[in-house]
Amino acid sequence: MSFDFSDNHFSLFGLPVQFRQDVVDIEAVYRTLQAQYHPDRAVTGSDSDKRFALQAATHINDAFHTLKSPLARARYLLKLQGFDTQEETNTSMPADFLMQQMEWREAIAEAKQTHDLDELEALATQLRSESRSLTTLIAGLIDDKQDFNRAGLVVRKLRFIEKLEQEIGDAIEALLD
Amino acid sequence: MALLQIAEPGQSTAPHQHRLAVGIDLGTTNSLVATVRSGSAVVLPDTAGFGLVPSVVHYTADNSVTVGHLAQARQIDDPRNTIVSVKRFMGRSVADLPDASSTPYRFVDAPGMLKIKTIAGEKSPVEVSADILRELRIRAEQSLGGELVGAVVTVPAYFDDAQRQATKDAARLAGLNVLRLLNEPTAAAIAYGLDNAAEGIYVVYDLGGGTFDVSVLELTRGVFQVRATSGDSSLGGDDFDQRLYCWILQQAGLTTPSDKDMRLLLSRAREAKELLTDHHTTRITAVLSDGEAIDLELSAETFQTITAQLVQKTLTPVRKALRDAQLATEDVKGVVLVGGATRMPHVRKAVADYFKREPLTNLDPDKVVALGAAMQANALAGNRGDEEWLLLDVIPLSLGLETMGGLVEKIVPRNSTIPTARAQEFTTFKNGQTAMAIHVLQGERELVQDCRSLARFELRGIPPMPAGAARIRVTFQVDADGLLAVSAKEQISNVEASIIVKPSYGLADHEIAQMLEDSMQNAEQDKNARNLLEARVEAQALLDATRSALATDSALVSPDEHGNIMQLLTQLEICQQGEDIQAIREATEQLNRITEPFAARRMDVGVRKALAGQRIDELG
Ligand SMILES: Nc1ncnc2c1ncn2[C@@H]1O[C@H](COP(=O)(O)OP(=O)(O)O)[C@@H](O)[C@H]1O
Ligand SMILES: [Mg+2]
Repeated sequence: MSFDFSDNHFSLFGLPVQFRQDVVDIEAVYRTLQAQYHPDRAVTGSDSDKRFALQAATHINDAFHTLKSPLARARYLLKLQGFDTQEETNTSMPADFLMQQMEWREAIAEAKQTHDLDELEALATQLRSESRSLTTLIAGLIDDKQDFNRAGLVVRKLRFIEKLEQEIGDAIEALLD
Repeated sequence: MALLQIAEPGQSTAPHQHRLAVGIDLGTTNSLVATVRSGSAVVLPDTAGFGLVPSVVHYTADNSVTVGHLAQARQIDDPRNTIVSVKRFMGRSVADLPDASSTPYRFVDAPGMLKIKTIAGEKSPVEVSADILRELRIRAEQSLGGELVGAVVTVPAYFDDAQRQATKDAARLAGLNVLRLLNEPTAAAIAYGLDNAAEGIYVVYDLGGGTFDVSVLELTRGVFQVRATSGDSSLGGDDFDQRLYCWILQQAGLTTPSDKDMRLLLSRAREAKELLTDHHTTRITAVLSDGEAIDLELSAETFQTITAQLVQKTLTPVRKALRDAQLATEDVKGVVLVGGATRMPHVRKAVADYFKREPLTNLDPDKVVALGAAMQANALAGNRGDEEWLLLDVIPLSLGLETMGGLVEKIVPRNSTIPTARAQEFTTFKNGQTAMAIHVLQGERELVQDCRSLARFELRGIPPMPAGAARIRVTFQVDADGLLAVSAKEQISNVEASIIVKPSYGLADHEIAQMLEDSMQNAEQDKNARNLLEARVEAQALLDATRSALATDSALVSPDEHGNIMQLLTQLEICQQGEDIQAIREATEQLNRITEPFAARRMDVGVRKALAGQRIDELG
């Protein structure tokens, strides 16, 4: 069995190194790879076969996860280009973006307080459309303009949005209990 | 064996060795063992023809163990030593039990996992489960006529790491080689999906005796991909019994019934519940130990009203699973009902109302999990048919670490596809700090106290550095059974510490030793059963070989010899039915000896025939 753990995720999946991807393709390749390497295929094998299967399948899951999520994929592509997205360190953001963040946060807090499930769902929909437009922006910056610096900024914005989406998800869940 | 079978030259003697593998549904209420036989999955019944084994174990003072229907019969007269629904206690401490006082047991709190005081000593839920599993293993070996290469054992999808570990320990203690722990709804999906060539999004709703699971799966060309799972590991048919039992107490004006009365009324409640599935009303009658008679009339409507809240409670995990899968009810192509409690009409109605479609009920909800597990066991053991499929499952609950201030930092989010590994870096917060405590938790809540503690360990020997300079990388690896291993490494000095997360109940070494010793007695029984089995299998092989040799080469035996052989053959057939291992062995040996000359003659003829078919120059 040939399996190169040092391959980048795109070559592992036989995909072009670019941001725009068809999720259906990614999923199809993913299933083919797991069908070959999953630990279920090594149950009667030696200990080293089992260890290899565990590592390979873990690696494939990780690659799949990275390729499928626009945020993780963008971050990974920029890393391949030698660009660090500085998500933990660089917190400088344009003022209008910060303003909007604050508005969203307030809206979430209020909906949480008043147990307003509909409002939370509405906010979630808004955020989803915001993250879709950021994703389109990233595609243009990376694939067409190779402007990795600006792409890095949009990745940081997308990260903020995803955190908010997570927060809304948790709030909705808490209300469901 | 004297009667060699002579294969044609160029033909292989054993075309394909079928490996004996089984699927085991270790249920709260009922357990089953199933296997794939000539291509289709079947439940293996006991000699009386029962497929379901009630998950009940009865212990006596002389340490004899009864499992199943016989044990169930002891429930009312010996409630303390008759353990039912032990699955509810797996990987749990007394503090975890919502209703410890409404069981007849005497619990003993041991670190991490409780024990139950019985007349045969303190029993851990792992031991009690192992007794059930051992019974199933022996049943399977006797009916399949050989040793098992392994078993797939099912667990509720919503079981946490401690509960999974406990199940795997129980299986090992029962002498089973665990090929895989498989989530129950996933097993059901395999059985359903393969039988119906299903494609699309399916929801499995599994309400058993003590657990509730819901899984959302995507079925695409032989791939079963779990998109999300949720549930409640302490919600099931038992809770409906409990609700009804409280209603009975209330109606009859009782407050503190004795253990025996409690068991009696709980059984009556369960009977009434099951009856109301097909009837509009029922009577509940019982005579208590003090002679008081209870006689109540209960309508299906009343029963449904007092349990409506429990039915609603199942819909919360359903909503969560769909949310996590980012799907709406309209995306769902079918809802598969699993578990005996889904027979209740109001449960079916609630599911139908929620999904706006009738659930699929063309499967036996009692058997489907075991059948799916058998199919998976067969595939994992390498008995490949033409059909190949792949299962991609997830972990049900997030895994994380304790950080400053009693907060939990999530490392592996719930519904991550397994196997998976995630790493996170941490640092020291004091100057010169040389050790770091690592506390592994499972659950969705933010505070440590609200999550389940899985393990604690320490990384020592970090070289003294200023606060914040050390880089400690903690890696979580979850395997295909959904079991976690955690390791930690300081990146600058390469100091390393790792553990396989054994849940905090952490069966100590001496406890395992004790358990194994206790099980030696059972092992003695097992060994006898196994020897008997082997003797029978060997006898059968000789009987078959002799009969087939006589059928094809009767010309090679004299009438006298034929008569002698037939006599010993009949004798062996009779012995083989009995339980006397020695007698079977002796009869086998006798038949073997008397057929030796015949076998030699066949061999000569066979070799001559074989040589005649070959050209001389090939023999060089
Ligand atoms: N006809 C029925 N009507 C209502 N409940 C039933 C019926 N048959 C079985 N049950 C309930 O189903 C539960 C057992 O389901 P099962 O799937 O065997 O559980 P488990 O998987 O936990 O062993 C019990 O609570 C039992 O009372
Ligand atoms: Mg079940």
